[in-house]
Amino acid sequence: MPGATDIKPTKPLKNPCNLCQSVRAILKRPKTGQQLCKECFFHVFETEIHNTIVDNKLFNKGDRVAIGASGGKDSTVLAYVMKLLNDRYSYELDLVLLSIDEGITGYRDDSLETVKRNRDQYQIPLLIVSYKDLYGWSMDDIVKEIGRKNNCTFCGVFRRQALDRGAIMLNVDHIVTGHNADDIAETVLMNILRGDLPRLQRCTSIITNDTSEDSSGIETSKILRSKPFKYTYEKEIVMYAYFKKLDYFSTECIYSPNAYRGHARVFLKDLEAVRRTAIVDIIHSGEALSASVQANESTKLPTMANCTRCGYISSNELCKACLLLEGLNKGLPQLGIGHTTKIRRMHEASNLASGLSSPASLSSAVADGSAGEKVKVVTHIKDLGQLETMPTLDSMK
Amino acid sequence: MNQSDATLRIELQFSGGMELLFDNQKTIHAKVPASFPLDTSVEDRHAATIRDLISWTASNLLKERPELFIGTDGSVRSGILVLVNGADWELEGELEYELEDRDEIVFISTLHGG
Repeated sequence: MPGATDIKPTKPLKNPCNLCQSVRAILKRPKTGQQLCKECFFHVFETEIHNTIVDNKLFNKGDRVAIGASGGKDSTVLAYVMKLLNDRYSYELDLVLLSIDEGITGYRDDSLETVKRNRDQYQIPLLIVSYKDLYGWSMDDIVKEIGRKNNCTFCGVFRRQALDRGAIMLNVDHIVTGHNADDIAETVLMNILRGDLPRLQRCTSIITNDTSEDSSGIETSKILRSKPFKYTYEKEIVMYAYFKKLDYFSTECIYSPNAYRGHARVFLKDLEAVRRTAIVDIIHSGEALSASVQANESTKLPTMANCTRCGYISSNELCKACLLLEGLNKGLPQLGIGHTTKIRRMHEASNLASGLSSPASLSSAVADGSAGEKVKVVTHIKDLGQLETMPTLDSMK
Repeated sequence: MNQSDATLRIELQFSGGMELLFDNQKTIHAKVPASFPLDTSVEDRHAATIRDLISWTASNLLKERPELFIGTDGSVRSGILVLVNGADWELEGELEYELEDRDEIVFISTLHGG
C-alpha cells in the first residue's frame, strides 16, 4: 500500500460512535444504551419521531396542525422537529403555534417571550389565548382565591378547553403536544396510585380522537390530539436542544411544587437509576392495563349535549370548566373538586336562596368529581319519578 | 509547594434552570483542588473526581437549596444531566471521572415543564 509506512500510528478514537464508528460519541442513549456521535444522534432522534408519526398515521396530507407551545423544552423541540420533518418528508402540513397564557406572573409571561422568538426563528405563525380573556380569571387570580392546593386541577381543565378553543379559532384539524415518554410513564403511575381507571385507560393513547371523552365531560369536537414524543425520552429531548442550541425557557411553574405529579416524577427518576428501562416498561404496562380496563368497564356512551353556560360540548349540563368557574365566582372553590357533599349542599342552598333551581344533573356532575366516574350517583331525590327508576331488592336478584 | 494546594481550572456551566441556584450565573470559572483527602486517612489524597467536584461545588458555590443540586450517594439530583467536555458523563465514568485542567463540566436540569 503506497505510503503505508509514512502514516504515524494515531491514538485509537476514544468512545467511537456505535453507528458510524468515525467520530467520538457524545451521548449514551437511555433507550438502547448505544453511544452515538452528534450527527448520528440527530439522525436517529429525528427518524424515530418520523417513524412514530407514520406508523401511527397521525396526519393526513394538507392537515392544518397546531403545535401546543409553551416555550419549554418539549414544545420548542417539537416545533423545531415538526417543521424539519414536514419539510424533509413532505408531510404538506400547515403548521401553526398555539400558546396559552394562564396569567402566571414571573413564569408564563417570560416563557411566552420564548415562544415569540420561536415564531420568528422557525417562521411559524403564533396565536396566544389567555385564561383572563376566556374565563375572566387568570391563574394568579385563582391562586389568590383558592390557595396553593388544587390549583393544578383548575389549570389543567382550563388549559384543555383553552387549547380547543384556540384550535377552533385557528381552524385546525389537529393539535400536537410535547408530552414525552417520561411524562406518560409518570401519568400511568399517578393514575394507578390514585385508582383513576378512566384516565388510566386513555393516558397511553398516542392519539385521542373525536369520539373519546375525558373525565372533565368535555368532548373535543373533531379536533384530534396527538403526542409525537410518546416514545421519546426527556433526556434525549434536552440533549437534542442542547446540541442544536435551541432556545427554550426552563423554570418550574411557581404554583406547582406541591403537585402530585412531582412525587411521581421523583419516584420514576429513582426507579430509572436502578433499572434503565423503567420508563418504556411502565408505558408498556400502561398500554396493557388500558386494554384490560377497557374490556372490564361496562360504560355506556354518554349522550353529547352542549354546556348550558358556554355552549361547549359536554356530557353534563355544565362542562367541567364552567363548573369550576361557578365555584370560583360563588366563593365555593371546592365545587367540582372531589366528592364534598357539604360543599354541594352549600351550593344547592345558595341556589335555592337566590331563587335559582339547581339543574338536576349538577349534583350528579359534582358527584362525578374529578375522578370522572361514569356511574351517576343519585344523592338527592328531586322528584317521585326518580324513586320509580331506582333499583329495588327484587330487581337486583 | 504542598501537593494539596494544586488546583485545576474547571469551567462550570449551568442551564435548564440550574443557574438559579448559583445566583443566575450560567458560567463559573472555578479553581478546584486537584486532589481530595481519602475518607480513610486525611494524609493520603486521591485525584479529584466529579464526585468531589459536586460536593465542592455545593459547599463553595451553591447559594441556596443544596437538595435541588445534590441527590443520593453524593451524586447529582435525579433529573440533572452532566456533560464532560461536551459529552454525556455516562461515557466518561460518571462520578469516577478524574478531572483534568481546563475541563468543561455542564449541569443541565430537566426538572421543569416542557
